[in-house]
Amino acid sequence: MAQADTTRSSRRNGHEPAAAVDDPGASPPRSSSLVDKAWRGLGGIVQRRIPRADLDERDPDFIREQLPLFWLFSSIWFRGEVRGLGNIPDEGPVLLVGNHSGGNMIPDTMVFTVAFSTYFGVERAFYQLAHNLVLSIPGLSWLRKFGKVAASPNNARKALSSGAALLVYPGGDYEVHRPSWQGNRVDFGGRKGFIHLALEQEVPIVPVVAIGGQETALFLTRGERLARLLALDRLLRLKVLPISLSLPWIVNVGDFGHIPLPAKITIETLPAIDLRAEFGPDPDVDEIYDHLMRLMQDALDALAAERRFPVLG
Amino acid sequence: MRIKDDTVMAAPVQAVWSVISDPERVLGYMSGVTRWAIAGDIPAGLGARYRMLFRIGAAEVGGLIEVVEFSAPYEFAWTSITGLDQRGRWRLREAPGGRTKVELRLAYGIAGAGISGWVAEHIAAPSVSRHVRQTLRQLGRLVEHEQLRERAARRRAGARGS
Repeated sequence: MAQADTTRSSRRNGHEPAAAVDDPGASPPRSSSLVDKAWRGLGGIVQRRIPRADLDERDPDFIREQLPLFWLFSSIWFRGEVRGLGNIPDEGPVLLVGNHSGGNMIPDTMVFTVAFSTYFGVERAFYQLAHNLVLSIPGLSWLRKFGKVAASPNNARKALSSGAALLVYPGGDYEVHRPSWQGNRVDFGGRKGFIHLALEQEVPIVPVVAIGGQETALFLTRGERLARLLALDRLLRLKVLPISLSLPWIVNVGDFGHIPLPAKITIETLPAIDLRAEFGPDPDVDEIYDHLMRLMQDALDALAAERRFPVLG
Repeated sequence: MRIKDDTVMAAPVQAVWSVISDPERVLGYMSGVTRWAIAGDIPAGLGARYRMLFRIGAAEVGGLIEVVEFSAPYEFAWTSITGLDQRGRWRLREAPGGRTKVELRLAYGIAGAGISGWVAEHIAAPSVSRHVRQTLRQLGRLVEHEQLRERAARRRAGARGS
């Protein structure tokens, strides 16, 4: 019954429920143990909590009223600096593709969302794809008013076809929990779905490169093996169970929130790329991916060269 | 939050007015302003609309504004249509010796933002004040420099004539 509910709620939120079945790395089904049943129950609860993907939940008035609070965090705590917003087309759908840092506190997303909303005005529709788990945490429903929707191809299509700007982090939970000493590395883990999406929807890609997020805690490991061992990938779509040193927990396993260190966040928005104009009418996805990785890594290297000290920037 | 500052410039009021009423020249003297683009059919004067942005802290804030008072050469006022709630006013008055007293007023805030809005307004105030002061200094330098060049050009023309 829990499985049936999970399937139904997955469809409801724009996810294809077959993903877990198709995953060759997933553990075989074990129905007998109590622990397994408990995990399945938890997975079902999380899936049921993922809200319906409704673009109408984005609330420009709410965003406008909250902007001063987030501007304060962004300006004072993170000393945020966002450059090159003029590279984003003034209107029409656009796919903003970013490297993701800072664990589950996602400081780079906050700094960028504030800058985008003040630059283009809250009236411009702007959505961000977020991990299911983030959207299912109690008390975070206000994130949906900011334009956060569950990360899935269907939701992304829905947002772009409505004419909105869409921010995606292809590296997702894999990249955001990379060890701090890999902080200046763009790592999408080979995920190329966003390129298919941009080609299908015929929208330009704007790379968004951020630095500083991985200095908001000392991230030690993604804990991929641990996540597989606990079957989190099958049940919660979590490929990682990160371990970091952060406040106030000191040793933080799973990263269900922490107080981020006040690291300076700098974000560079690169010029828009019209994929078909640049790579031909029938472009090679791998070639585009390699090009984007090079472009974003070069920009990240340049931002890293500007930094003199960790955290201070 | 209301911020104002004034200065006296060694130029006639008409010379100052011709600079502040020209949207093409705003980026040349307005400190902190990163964008001032014409948005609509009226490029200048009453009812003209501009999309303006002003860098403050981690963001460029601003939005669509409209000129609501345009009384040459004394009063130029605008108010916001979208984005940050703001009102601005240039007030020019003749001063002794063919000079001009120039006052710039800015009022800004976000209605409904509560305590965080109040804190943000006050945190931003010193920076906005600095920009207002710097704007007046830059405008003064620009206008007075143009006056010098005009006078020099007249002298040269006079010398060639005689």
